[in-house]
Amino acid sequence: MIFKDDTICAIATSMMDAGIGIIRISGDNALDHVDKLFISPSGKHNLKNFGTHTINYGFIVDEEENKIDEVMVSIMKAPRSYTKEDVVEINSHGGRLIMETIINLLIKTGCRLAEPGEFTKRAFLNGRIDLTKAEAVMDLIHAQNEFSMKNSELQLGGELFKKIDSIRKEVLYEMAFIESAIDDPENYDLTGYSDRLSEKNSSWISKIDSMIKNSDEGIIRKDGIKTVIIGKPNAGKSSLLNKLAGEERAIVTDIEGTTRDTIEETIKLDNIILHVIDTAGIRDTEDRIEQIGVNKAVKSADTADLILYIIDSTDDKLSDDERIKNIILNNNVIVLLNKNDISDKISITEDDIYKVYGSDIKVIKTSMVDDAGIEDLKKIISDMFFNGDILPKEEVYVTNLRQKEALIHAFESLKKVEMSIMDDMSEDFFSIDLMNAYSYLGEIIGQEVDEDLVDEIFSKFCMGK
Amino acid sequence: MVVDNFDVIVIGGGHAGCEAGLAASRLGLKTIVFTLSVDNIAFMPCNPHIGGSSKGHLVREIDALGGEMGKNIDKTYLQSKMLNKSKGPAIHSLRAQADKAEYSKSMKMIMQAQENLTIKQAEISEILFEELDKNKDSDLLTEGYERRVKGVKTVTGLIYEGKTIILCTGTYLKSRCLCGESISYTGPNGLQPSNLLSDSLIKGGVELRRFKTGTPARMDGNSIDYSKMEIQTGDTPVIPFSFDTDPDSIQKEQHYCYLTYTNEKTHEIIRNNIDRSPIYAGVIEGIGPRYCPSIEDKVIKFPDKIRHQVFVEPEGTHTNEMYIDGMSSSMPEDVQVQMYRSVPGLENCVIVKNAYAIEYDCLCSGQLYPTLEIKKIRGLFSAGQFNGSSGYEEAAAQGLYASINACMQILGKPYLSIDRSEGYIGVLVDDLVTKDNLEPYRMMTSRAEYRLLLRQDNADIRLRKKGYEVGLISEEKYQALLLKEKQIEDETERLKSIKLGANATVQKFMDEHNSPRLKTAVSLAELICRPELDYESLKDLDPDRPELSKEVIEQVEINIKYEGYIERQQRQVDKFRKTEKKIIPSEINYDDVISLRLEARQNLKKFKPKNVGQASRISGVNPADISVLLVYLENYNRQNKE
Repeated sequence: MIFKDDTICAIATSMMDAGIGIIRISGDNALDHVDKLFISPSGKHNLKNFGTHTINYGFIVDEEENKIDEVMVSIMKAPRSYTKEDVVEINSHGGRLIMETIINLLIKTGCRLAEPGEFTKRAFLNGRIDLTKAEAVMDLIHAQNEFSMKNSELQLGGELFKKIDSIRKEVLYEMAFIESAIDDPENYDLTGYSDRLSEKNSSWISKIDSMIKNSDEGIIRKDGIKTVIIGKPNAGKSSLLNKLAGEERAIVTDIEGTTRDTIEETIKLDNIILHVIDTAGIRDTEDRIEQIGVNKAVKSADTADLILYIIDSTDDKLSDDERIKNIILNNNVIVLLNKNDISDKISITEDDIYKVYGSDIKVIKTSMVDDAGIEDLKKIISDMFFNGDILPKEEVYVTNLRQKEALIHAFESLKKVEMSIMDDMSEDFFSIDLMNAYSYLGEIIGQEVDEDLVDEIFSKFCMGK
Repeated sequence: MVVDNFDVIVIGGGHAGCEAGLAASRLGLKTIVFTLSVDNIAFMPCNPHIGGSSKGHLVREIDALGGEMGKNIDKTYLQSKMLNKSKGPAIHSLRAQADKAEYSKSMKMIMQAQENLTIKQAEISEILFEELDKNKDSDLLTEGYERRVKGVKTVTGLIYEGKTIILCTGTYLKSRCLCGESISYTGPNGLQPSNLLSDSLIKGGVELRRFKTGTPARMDGNSIDYSKMEIQTGDTPVIPFSFDTDPDSIQKEQHYCYLTYTNEKTHEIIRNNIDRSPIYAGVIEGIGPRYCPSIEDKVIKFPDKIRHQVFVEPEGTHTNEMYIDGMSSSMPEDVQVQMYRSVPGLENCVIVKNAYAIEYDCLCSGQLYPTLEIKKIRGLFSAGQFNGSSGYEEAAAQGLYASINACMQILGKPYLSIDRSEGYIGVLVDDLVTKDNLEPYRMMTSRAEYRLLLRQDNADIRLRKKGYEVGLISEEKYQALLLKEKQIEDETERLKSIKLGANATVQKFMDEHNSPRLKTAVSLAELICRPELDYESLKDLDPDRPELSKEVIEQVEINIKYEGYIERQQRQVDKFRKTEKKIIPSEINYDDVISLRLEARQNLKKFKPKNVGQASRISGVNPADISVLLVYLENYNRQNKE
């Protein structure tokens, strides 16, 4: 074993009260530690006599040999275990209190509480899982919603692998054919070949293209929708953020320009994650500090997936700011006609909005005082991004930016093959870009070694080491 | 009795041995070449041609490094052709029919005239080894050597001492020739085999195995009816192999080759007698080359093919023998007669020399360093068919490469290294060193990943500098190369910088050349990229162009026309170099890398790669193993840093 670190333990199942809970222990001394706490029905501490890959009935006892819980203990000796170290799993009754007691007993025997992801880190360092799987596990550890969890599981299970592998095999076949024909023209004929290749190439291009498009959705589903709230000062931006976040986050006052810097917040609406950026109000200002905030707001709007534009419906007129107009026309925007509760003072209506920004724009009347329109807002957001379906699909997405980049590279390489075919280049030129596509696809599924990935995983897994 | 001592002892006077002997003596080292027959130096026992797809590249690279093969074939060719001219420049390849007797005679004369070089006809029966001393040779022992060479002993008992030995034994070690049921214990063409050396090598710790290869019959030219065959002519003018040959000096009237085909009748004769083929009857133990198959292999492997090509090629000006390319065989001679006579044009053929298969001892994979030195034995190098390759060009390339490295070892200078992105020689050596080749290794275009960069036309630019650094290329030739490079660079720049406006003269020119009219100003380089235009045709629009050689113009044109492809290939090379730079510490214990699969672990232990790139090319090592290794190395390096 390379990593003769200490032995670690953790509760492997959820901390909620459940029927069964599992505590996992991994390391060279895993058996010793558990042996001290475990007695078989005969009352003996004899765990070390049991073979690997056995499940054993017995009891967990404390220092005074008092029975704490009735358990099943599984033994998986190195290297045939998840971490490639000796692993013991205690199946206990899932109560939070019981599990915490057992963990405390383990720590007393010399175990250390595992850090998040540490079992996987050991599995990775011991070569148990390959790089893409390690990457998916990292995603799983950092998963923030059901979708990304499910997707990570699907990647682990090899759905992504199968999809990409099948394209890759076809590419390989064509490369091999071209190579064979170059070396053995007597037995492999290239007449009419570019037409045949062109057909296949187009089908790969369209498959990869749809994976790239899906990956946008996948990335949004996993990392959340980058949402920017803009509007004139005091239109109610910070109040909206607080409504969505359910707590006082931004400083809300009646004084214009209270929010000087951008404030960021991650909010979970049902199954959608929003990364919300609250900006300073957009207006011409003399105040230098606030000016920086306004510029930041415009800048954040440029990179946003979604913009929530809040208008104070009691204002006398709609902003004619060109900067705002540009942002509105070029992005996914929902207009919130706010302060709808002050009905006697309303001067800006939906029609006014349609007049300025066109009739396709989505408008909701809201009030931050009585929560009017908040449910509508949620529905519109989920419609916009997920066609009303915010539950995880059984489809696998490339949700990782590195993988997406590799997909794009593969796509571009195949486009180059298409160009070479159109330019009537001789077949030996096709191989260069086919080879590139092949290796980029390989990087996604770990069939091609991407050294940068090793570095990246190390930096994420082993910070400070 | 110790007769003499040498710096370099070469065993064998074939294509590997000739290059090895010449290179070492030209580097000023005292060299001897032992051959079983001085009359058969640089003998071509099989096909009568040099070059061909990818092998032509090797010959050019040999020439760029300072070898002799290209110059010798330029002097002695009968017909020459640039193959694949309709394809991209990467797979253009020169191939020349040789006058076998002249080729051999000419090479022998070059060697006899070479200073520092002795030629001796003798069979070497023994290599003399010396075990390394724990105290005196501790450095070599740490490097993994166990013994060193001391010299050789001839069958008549004479001892020649030597600092290094280069084994170029070709197909002569314990060779036997098979023709149906008839077996003769000789080397090729009835020559004497070398029966004693194998045992001495085995004693020295070298592992050997059996390979086989074959050759077709030679026909009496007077018995062939050429009117039933297609005539194959050479190029006019002929392009020389050597960068130093003046093209004008070698133009001459060329011989014809002929093309005919086998037919169903031929295949039926073969199928009816397949049980009498020693390969199919299980008599031959050696494994033959897949890519140079016998006619019986082709008939069995491609049952749907109704015919196979047969080229009829001259063997020389002083013989009427014709070589029947495409129909090598180990069938009994009575079957051969029927088989050949079923081919159009060969109905009445008279066989001068029958076809046969030959079996011989050669080196098992995994025993070579990238210098072509045999692991564990300091000073013992090997090249050519002994290393498991096939072909004259492959042999010559290794002979040159191994010899340069033997010399560098003696001179204490850095070894010559050519990687896969620098030359076909690099691909050849790397494949021989890292792969578990199960059959004779033949060079092929598809083995080179970066072939757009490894063209036959730029072999001098790729490798001449290396030849200069080791000392085989003269200062004068090196300066000429630098000038050529400068001219290519300047002219490429000039063509990119000169812009043509859309004026009447230019538009008229475009119309005349069926090229679209200009919409905006474009550079001359952009025009060269148009498929219908080239450097030559643009000369009227480019009155100030400098006077340049054809070779320079060719490079400029390729660089411009294929710029995008060349750049993309270059990026692939950059990526490749990155893993070549990831060094695997020599002290690494693969048993500690727990998740390697068994096969990968065994092969990594056996081949002992120097870097991750090499490791990734070893047979039986897959990308998952490389990931495991990378993770291990990263962790290993981090822990050792602390």
